[in-house]
Amino acid sequence: MLAFILRRLMQAVFVVVAMVVLVFFGTYVIGDPVWMMVPGDATIEQVGEVRRTFGFDQPVYVQFLHFLGDVVRGEFGRSYVHGTSAIALILARMPATMELAFAALILAVVIGLPLGLFAGLKPEHPAARAIMAGSILGFSLPTFWVGLMLIMLFSVMLGWLPATGRGPVVSIFGLETSMLSLDGWRHLLLPALNLALLKISLVIRLTRSGTREAALQDYVKFARAKGLSQSRIVGVHILKNILIPIVTVLGLEFGSLVAFSVVTESIFAWPGMGKLLLEAIQRLDRPLIVAYVMVVVLLFVTINLIVDILYSALDPRVRLSESEA
Amino acid sequence: MSEVAALPPPESAFGRFARRFIEDRVALIGLGLLVVVILVALLAPWIAPQNPYDLASVDVMDSRQPPGSHAGEGFTMWLGSDGVGRDLLSGILYGLRISLTVGIVSGVLAASLGLMLGLLAAYAGGRTETLIMRVVDLQLALPSVLVALILVALLGKGVDKIILALVVVQWAYYARTVRASALVERRKEYVEAARSLGLSHARTMLRHILPNCLAPVIVIATVQTAHAISLEATLSFLGVGLPQTEPSLGVLIANGFQYMLSGKYWISFFPGLALLVTIVAINLVGDRLRDVLNPRLER
Amino acid sequence: MRMMFKAVSFAVVMAASPALAADLRIALSSEPSAADPHYHNLTPNNQVVRHVFEPLVFMDEFQALKPGLAESWKVIDDLTWEFKLRTGVKFHDGSPFTVDDVIFSLNRVPNVPKSPAPKTAYVRGKTVEKIDDLTFRVKTATPEALMLNHLANIEMMSAKAAAGVSTEDLNAGKGNVGTGPYQFVEFVPGDRFVVKRFDGYWGAKEPWDKVIFKFIKSDPTRVAALLSGDVDLIETVPTADAQRLAKEPKVAIASALSNRLVYLHMDRYRAETPFVKGKDGAAIPNPFHNLKVRQALTKAVNRPAVVERIMEGEAVPASQMLPDSYAGTSKKLKPVEYDLAGAKKLLAEAGYPNGFKLTIHGPNGRYTNDSKIIEAVAQMFTRLGIETAVETLPPAVFFSRASAGGPDKQPEFSMILAGWSAGTGEPSDSLKALLGSYDAKLGRGSANRGRYGNPAMDVVLDKALATVDAEKRAALLAEAAEIAMNDVGLIPIHYQKNTWAAKKGLKVTPRTDEYTLAMSVKP
Repeated sequence: MLAFILRRLMQAVFVVVAMVVLVFFGTYVIGDPVWMMVPGDATIEQVGEVRRTFGFDQPVYVQFLHFLGDVVRGEFGRSYVHGTSAIALILARMPATMELAFAALILAVVIGLPLGLFAGLKPEHPAARAIMAGSILGFSLPTFWVGLMLIMLFSVMLGWLPATGRGPVVSIFGLETSMLSLDGWRHLLLPALNLALLKISLVIRLTRSGTREAALQDYVKFARAKGLSQSRIVGVHILKNILIPIVTVLGLEFGSLVAFSVVTESIFAWPGMGKLLLEAIQRLDRPLIVAYVMVVVLLFVTINLIVDILYSALDPRVRLSESEA
Repeated sequence: MSEVAALPPPESAFGRFARRFIEDRVALIGLGLLVVVILVALLAPWIAPQNPYDLASVDVMDSRQPPGSHAGEGFTMWLGSDGVGRDLLSGILYGLRISLTVGIVSGVLAASLGLMLGLLAAYAGGRTETLIMRVVDLQLALPSVLVALILVALLGKGVDKIILALVVVQWAYYARTVRASALVERRKEYVEAARSLGLSHARTMLRHILPNCLAPVIVIATVQTAHAISLEATLSFLGVGLPQTEPSLGVLIANGFQYMLSGKYWISFFPGLALLVTIVAINLVGDRLRDVLNPRLER
Repeated sequence: MRMMFKAVSFAVVMAASPALAADLRIALSSEPSAADPHYHNLTPNNQVVRHVFEPLVFMDEFQALKPGLAESWKVIDDLTWEFKLRTGVKFHDGSPFTVDDVIFSLNRVPNVPKSPAPKTAYVRGKTVEKIDDLTFRVKTATPEALMLNHLANIEMMSAKAAAGVSTEDLNAGKGNVGTGPYQFVEFVPGDRFVVKRFDGYWGAKEPWDKVIFKFIKSDPTRVAALLSGDVDLIETVPTADAQRLAKEPKVAIASALSNRLVYLHMDRYRAETPFVKGKDGAAIPNPFHNLKVRQALTKAVNRPAVVERIMEGEAVPASQMLPDSYAGTSKKLKPVEYDLAGAKKLLAEAGYPNGFKLTIHGPNGRYTNDSKIIEAVAQMFTRLGIETAVETLPPAVFFSRASAGGPDKQPEFSMILAGWSAGTGEPSDSLKALLGSYDAKLGRGSANRGRYGNPAMDVVLDKALATVDAEKRAALLAEAAEIAMNDVGLIPIHYQKNTWAAKKGLKVTPRTDEYTLAMSVKP
């Protein structure tokens, strides 16, 4: 187990290094960040000064060596624009993104599971067909488009929910969250729903196919023959068996939620790290892009690792096959 | 000759497949829609009222006209016009071409690359396999939208660049699937037989293993093409995708985004609808293909 | 599901209850990078720190200069100015504002570490001499006509509270002590900037207890935030929504002609320019050296069409560097009339009866509707017979290449669209930077990406820059503008309008300099 974890971490380090080198030289090739920093009416002299201050006048390999030197000293660079530690900037924004992704995950389960169960238990029912058709739609709708429609409908036309931003934030056990107040949830609901849409479809489909498979299993038939109530069969026998794969897949999908939050955050002005990345890309704020890539790659590798470990711990079949082999 | 005989007769296999496919009415509708979408995209230069890329025929005086208005040049703009006076129907028809091209070309390239590497991994085994599969794992661990976003930001705008980025984020899905099915095929008797007959590795791989891996590849290809089209639209929306002057559907929607609240819904709505229909059609077909070709494959 | 329903029904109740009456919530379209007034000389930064910190000289909503923390001033000689500070001005920590704070602030400006856009140019060559606690003199090396404009850009910090504090300290609120009508509360990057009223302010008391600036970059989202009541005021109303918001009963619009010019620059330094080709694709001599070609191009631009169809009325056709309501502009210059036939004739006379091929480059997302304007101009040039292609680039890429992308770090493109905002509120900077003959040592032509040069204009401009007398200077500047515009040194398209939209009942005074200030908003 330990060797497995170590190997994965080594890989992670390799990806981080590769991505950092790519991003570093890539941003150098795209353009000179100085033009996004100085005001439009800056003189040649001012531009030159700023260039020297930040070392943009040096050849790229010298800049890279400076950067490596900083990394060795434990400093991962300061944002050109904000002048503060890039990693700190990202970590400060991370709770907002995590909260959004987490809320989307909850919505995906709360909405997707009952619909999927229904569609799986009564596959021929018209409502079930509608649900499945809806799930294809959910897969197909582009996130950015839906986001705007949600704002149009719920904020502008109906005026029920705020269009933008995050509610009041409280700190609990050192974790920042806006989920403890009603106003927080009002702000959270629309972006979370927008982000959850794809995953709702995914949960519906997973649940449906899992339910259909489970319904044909001997133990369910047996339970039915025993005269157990439908709700008990569903609640205990079916749900228990389909939850493990769903949880696993959702764990893996958490990473994609964090990634897609780039889109949702930019539409709903959600102050998360995805929005920060887009701004950094627009301003060619190289230290910030590099830091984002590092943080996010580590995050994904960690999520995948945890899911893998949990999966092998939870699912008896995985253990069985391992012991047989 | 003996090799050809060893393969199942293609007509009957396809016939069986086609018969099963059309059993599902919804899938049939999907297929019909897809055929229509591809046809209008192909025929765009002949059926579009305007060449939206020819600046001499686009007039800013026609900008932001509602559906059904008449353009300065006389034709009717059935779906209205966009912010620079482009006829939206023409824009959508041409935009479909770009979106489909991006989706299909990137899909074919990614599938070819994935197929080759997947087969290589399965057939070669050992170090080669480990290396390829580690890269696949890493690739799949990173969300495609993020990788594509960073890649396109680094590469710059343009159809070729976005295709390259989409190939990079897609190939790993194919490689993983192909390797898995190739491993299964490799153990089968006919491969052993082919090898004991002294056929070359390449020949065994291409003539015997490859055809048997194609079914899952086709299924993934449909899903991935839809995904690629949607991803291109998303990237264009975020401002890193395709250039403004020769818009894809994504660019058209993004351009209409600023008009959403001012009541000029059509600029963004109709391209959005076209995008939706395209993706839904592909997904419906893909869904059915999965059921028919490989019932065990679940995403 | 039930939880969701509950949340929604509560939401209805919450939305119905009014926000605290004396709080003002403003949505900004771009966010500041820091709360340090001397860190980053960009409008998004300057406008928020201006609530907390004040300069010696104020600019009013028309960018006219007004006494600020300096109550009065006089010119002693060409190289010496004397300033008298306002009495009774207190910092937020209660300490009095004196000449020591002025000296501290002017000294701090060039010494902010890692500043991405320092305000150093405003203090260069100026030495301060203290007369008494409230009087000081500024000596300059050369006559400084823009002394007051420069001082209007330097915020006064407290020598005591801000001694040794870094930009990060100021972001966190440490030493963030000014004399402004509002006190710093917090700065949350990516989200908000909050200030509260300072009750010991020397001027009129502000009506708002607390002002919350939210950063909402996306245009439709910002409009939606106003319509749904999330915010009370939005800046940079998108052109697409201005007309609709004007009709909205619960919204009030305030708009002012801005100091921002959108223009085209043509390559004037190369014999052959890379993005101009003959109709057959062969290289041809640079046609922009021919005055008739330039005149044809400017005549072919249908400015009213751009203003009406692209900017939806949120702009005004341009004739020179600044609208002629500003001092130093020429009243003789009028926007060039659209005249396609006349343009075709000029083009034929210039020797291009069949036109040529051209690619216009421009940024995408830097100026309002920039890529659309380029497309519209390209349509117009194509009608003239010049087969025009358009390439828009992300701003960062565009400006690197347009400024130094070519060989020898020279501008790369043949024709570009760009914008210029006259921060000083007069045209000398614009003329010097955009049209002055390129000379890095003299700092002339710093944004002259076409490398236009006209010695006759340089002479008049230099004379204007050395003239301290306001009226004489204005006449010289107008003359310089006429020389350059009659020579079509650049093709002006339009001046943008700045538009704000507020909840009905708020009175907003629009500003020409694009600044969004709580001080301009009254209940």
